[in-house]
Amino acid sequence: MKLKGWKEVSPGAVITEGGSALKFKTGSWRAFKPRWLPENCIQCLFCWLYCPDMAVKVQDGKRTEFDFDYCKGCGVCAVECPGKKGKKAIVMEEEGK
Amino acid sequence: MAKIVAVTGNEAVAYAFRQVNPDVCAAYPITPSTDIMQRFTSYVANGQVKTEMVLVESEHSAMSACVGAAAAGARIINATSSQGLALMWEILFIASGTRLPIVLALVNRALSAPLNIHGDHSDGMGARDTGWIQLWSENAQEAYDNTIQAFRIAEHMDIRLPIMVNLDGFIISHSIERMEYLGDDEVKDFVGEYKAVNPLLDIKNPMSYGPLILTDYYMEFRRAHYEVMTKVPQVVLDVGKDFEKMSGRKYGLFETYRLDDAEIALVILSSAAGTSKDVIDEFRDRGIKAGLLKPRLYRPFPYEQIGEALKHLKAVCIMDRADAFGGSYGPLFMDIASSVYHYKERPVLINKIYGLGGRDYLPEHAETVLNELVDIANTGTVRTPREYIAVRE
Repeated sequence: MKLKGWKEVSPGAVITEGGSALKFKTGSWRAFKPRWLPENCIQCLFCWLYCPDMAVKVQDGKRTEFDFDYCKGCGVCAVECPGKKGKKAIVMEEEGK
Repeated sequence: MAKIVAVTGNEAVAYAFRQVNPDVCAAYPITPSTDIMQRFTSYVANGQVKTEMVLVESEHSAMSACVGAAAAGARIINATSSQGLALMWEILFIASGTRLPIVLALVNRALSAPLNIHGDHSDGMGARDTGWIQLWSENAQEAYDNTIQAFRIAEHMDIRLPIMVNLDGFIISHSIERMEYLGDDEVKDFVGEYKAVNPLLDIKNPMSYGPLILTDYYMEFRRAHYEVMTKVPQVVLDVGKDFEKMSGRKYGLFETYRLDDAEIALVILSSAAGTSKDVIDEFRDRGIKAGLLKPRLYRPFPYEQIGEALKHLKAVCIMDRADAFGGSYGPLFMDIASSVYHYKERPVLINKIYGLGGRDYLPEHAETVLNELVDIANTGTVRTPREYIAVRE
């Protein structure tokens, strides 16, 4: 991506579009990666609620895969997950394993 | 309709603010600027202006509120001095870096410690590198005229930078002078409707202010700011011409007094320039070719233009009403020295620090300095390049 010169930058560094944070994919910051185990998932959507970003994708009221473009691996979803009969539906694994 | 009045500098600035009728004002009191806002808040309370008055708990909050309101899309005013300006120091950079045209009346007062409420230039000089435009005023008339022109300069579409109008604490702010007010309609027409750029309140076009910029981009933003500063002198001149058409009073980047054929000169800011002009006249009557240069636009400093105006002189004394501690010279001296530095033939420059903490600057001080300049012009030897005057040994 070619960087802009001083003549092209916006005056006062004002960002003149909404939702531009989407362009910055923070998934590369991850050290730990969450793995979803659907067999233990009760679809309570706590993981979606507690995620500080928007890394849990939800469709038709049910959670689907993680959005690894933005998941920073904070692990709050894994901590909050109630799971089924003592088995968590989200486990954190080292990135790169 | 213009009218002749006898008012203090603060009254005049408050009156100008009333005539401009800005959208928002967030201010905090501090001597000697307090009564600008005292008078302005009376106008607000009496319904004479539509301004939303935000009473905050400190100057830091005041400038922060000004930045927020300016980003929202409002025309903003503020007034402060000395420690107040020092407290809002970090926000000054934010205002200029974000390119928000805020108009600040700075009533120059000495910085503590020791605590001193009287007039000197330390506060304005301390803020000279904040990226703000600075105008300096010799008397209440200039303070009034500069305040009105400040809006046109700061809000110009090529510029969009915050501006501070400086006036000496107590000497100008609290002394009653004869001066002329312009009519309400004239000022309103001159200043015009405020045009917001990227206002946050325009929710149909969402935007964000104040992002983090890393090493790969910060310098480009600073270069862009520098470019804008280079355009300011021309805008100041153009606005001055328009103002002259309306008021009959001339304003440029600086004022020269009997300088064209002078051999020696003083370079001096604000009210002390007025005192010095009388002494220049006395010296001229005695056949000595003395002159004076009084900067008006101090930031961005018009190096080329001032250099041109001074280069023919034999000896110049730059009088600073502030000291730039660090074993160096006064702030005005350093800018003047830079403006003549590259000429092969340039005047001998000396620096005097005067009037700190409101210490009176009297005609006899100007006399002593001019006599010293006559000596330097004749003999070429400098007794001392820099000293404090009118201080007890």
